[in-house]
Amino acid sequence: MAIERTIESELPGGGPPASVDSRRTVAGIGPYRLAWRRLRRNRVALAFGGLFVAMVILCLLAPVYARDVAHTTPDANHITEQVKVGGKIVEVLSPSGIPIGPTWHSRFFLGADQNGRDVAVRLLYGGRNSLFIGAVATLITMVLAVIVGLLSGYFRGPVDGVLSRAMDVIWAYPALLLGVALGVVLAVGGLNLGVIEIQGNSLMVPAVIVGVVYVPYVAKPLRGQILGLREKEFIDAARAQGLGHLQIMFGEVLPNLASTIIVLVPLMLANSILLEASLSFLGAGVQPPNPSWGTMIGDGIRFIPAAIHTTLVPGIMLMLTVLGVNVLGDGVRDAFDPRARIRVER
Amino acid sequence: MATFIVRRLASMLGVMFAISVLTFLIFQAIPNGDPALRLAGRLATPQQIEDVRKQWGFDKPIYVQYAKTMEKVFDGEVISYSQQQNVESEIWRDLPVTVSLALGAGVLFLAFGILFGLMSAVRAGRFTDRALTVLAMFGISMPAFFLGAVMEYYLAYKAGIFPIGGYVKLTSDPWGWLTHLIMPWVSLAILYVGIYSRVLRSNTLDTLGEDYVRTARAKGLSRREVLVHHVLRNSLIPVITLWGLDLAALFGGAALLIETVFNLHGVGQYAAESIGRLDVPPILVITMLTAFFVVVLGAVTDVVYAVLDPRIRLN
Repeated sequence: MAIERTIESELPGGGPPASVDSRRTVAGIGPYRLAWRRLRRNRVALAFGGLFVAMVILCLLAPVYARDVAHTTPDANHITEQVKVGGKIVEVLSPSGIPIGPTWHSRFFLGADQNGRDVAVRLLYGGRNSLFIGAVATLITMVLAVIVGLLSGYFRGPVDGVLSRAMDVIWAYPALLLGVALGVVLAVGGLNLGVIEIQGNSLMVPAVIVGVVYVPYVAKPLRGQILGLREKEFIDAARAQGLGHLQIMFGEVLPNLASTIIVLVPLMLANSILLEASLSFLGAGVQPPNPSWGTMIGDGIRFIPAAIHTTLVPGIMLMLTVLGVNVLGDGVRDAFDPRARIRVER
Repeated sequence: MATFIVRRLASMLGVMFAISVLTFLIFQAIPNGDPALRLAGRLATPQQIEDVRKQWGFDKPIYVQYAKTMEKVFDGEVISYSQQQNVESEIWRDLPVTVSLALGAGVLFLAFGILFGLMSAVRAGRFTDRALTVLAMFGISMPAFFLGAVMEYYLAYKAGIFPIGGYVKLTSDPWGWLTHLIMPWVSLAILYVGIYSRVLRSNTLDTLGEDYVRTARAKGLSRREVLVHHVLRNSLIPVITLWGLDLAALFGGAALLIETVFNLHGVGQYAAESIGRLDVPPILVITMLTAFFVVVLGAVTDVVYAVLDPRIRLN
């Protein structure tokens, strides 16, 4: 920590000059406070983090928007109806079946889709689904990866052999292809593990798939770090005190992984949201009529070039959300490790 | 050396076996999709369904079915449910499309990844670096299928610069092949250009701090010479490893999305269409073969590394 402290106080504007006095006051600042301080200075990362938070809030407000502004529901068809745009009456769906573009009015603010549904309302409801799946998938990935990483990195030997081979097997599948294979199978029949039972059209199906597919991508770097940690003296000390394996794993090793885990969470969230979108785009994720950004793009693409807005609207929303998470994640990584060594490929 | 290769190849075969079992089990686990019912058609009598079940071996124990399936996969005799075509001959027919797509995109993202990564590292902290960082962030956050759709609309339909979808054989019309593939290549490559430029940037920055770089400068070499002969050569190693694996992953990954968007009729689109029809055999074969491909490529990379760097063999 000593090196970190001097670097911190030598930075311009990073606290008082490094006199003997200030060293005493700086002493005791933990790595999290230091990281938070660095992140707070990173305006770009904070701004994009704010963009992401704004997207989340918007999507959470979907029912309010649908009821009070658009006066419709995400699945309601308005095929035969008309709307007033700037004094003119326009059909929601033209006689040849082409949906109306953005009206920039309360009804059909971002236009209609091929079934005469309000794109803006579906966008917000779809965002709820996409973000929910992304969040649950990230949670599943992190929990499973920590367990796998701890077991194989701490015990090594045969436990590590079995778990690492299992990770190799999942790793060998291209993430999208494995996700698609599982998605197709589970969308048809649902998942029945005796204790857990999930319907085929449930949002938990894509969430579980995305979560499991990404486990090796996190477990591998964690295992590597644990292999190094277990050789440290404080682990020997803990063992000498008579602590059990579980106590050492969760009480001594896990806290030392916290910063790695914090850094990986935003990156995995961004990847999970993107993978869910790809699965749904191919029809192996969120099942219709339930909207998600991926399914909306998949539906919209068939109406190019007649109605580009049905593709553009969810695509831009998806991209901005992922961009927000990615830039924030980059900032978090820099904050924890200015010499950034942790990376997630793909 | 020989023991290392043997051990690595043995573990490769083990993983391949596990993959084949897992893939088979995933598709065997379809609960509501009794394939005999679907093969026999809607108006089949119970006797006909029973015949189909016998004929296709669905009545046998699961390990016999597994052995039969694997035999068929290796003999190239897998038949699809929906149109009862030979899956492997379909894959062979579509393979040139996917290979053209993946290789072209691979060359593109490797070239631009290296170029942008080097530019970023050399100008670290300055405007070029920041602009390229922003670009890389957009690339990483952009869903490839969305970018493809947008390009198709604006560049093909609106501006008419490129043809609208489809694939033209290289052997019959090289120019048409190129123009039809430029947009798919770009939309596939953007994501990887983002990743590669970031990886190369940090590798190059690390290498620039090495002692031998200072020595090379001190003995009077120009910046450019040091950059090309000393720095780039070292920082490229991890990028080239990544490249091989990513290329393999493209076959079963982004190719599904991009071939669907641009209607290229490659292996990826074949898989995507089979998903829509819940046609299990093609998805099973494509999933299995792609995963095999990735595993073999990984093993080959490891062996080549061990030949090049003796330290790896000791671990």
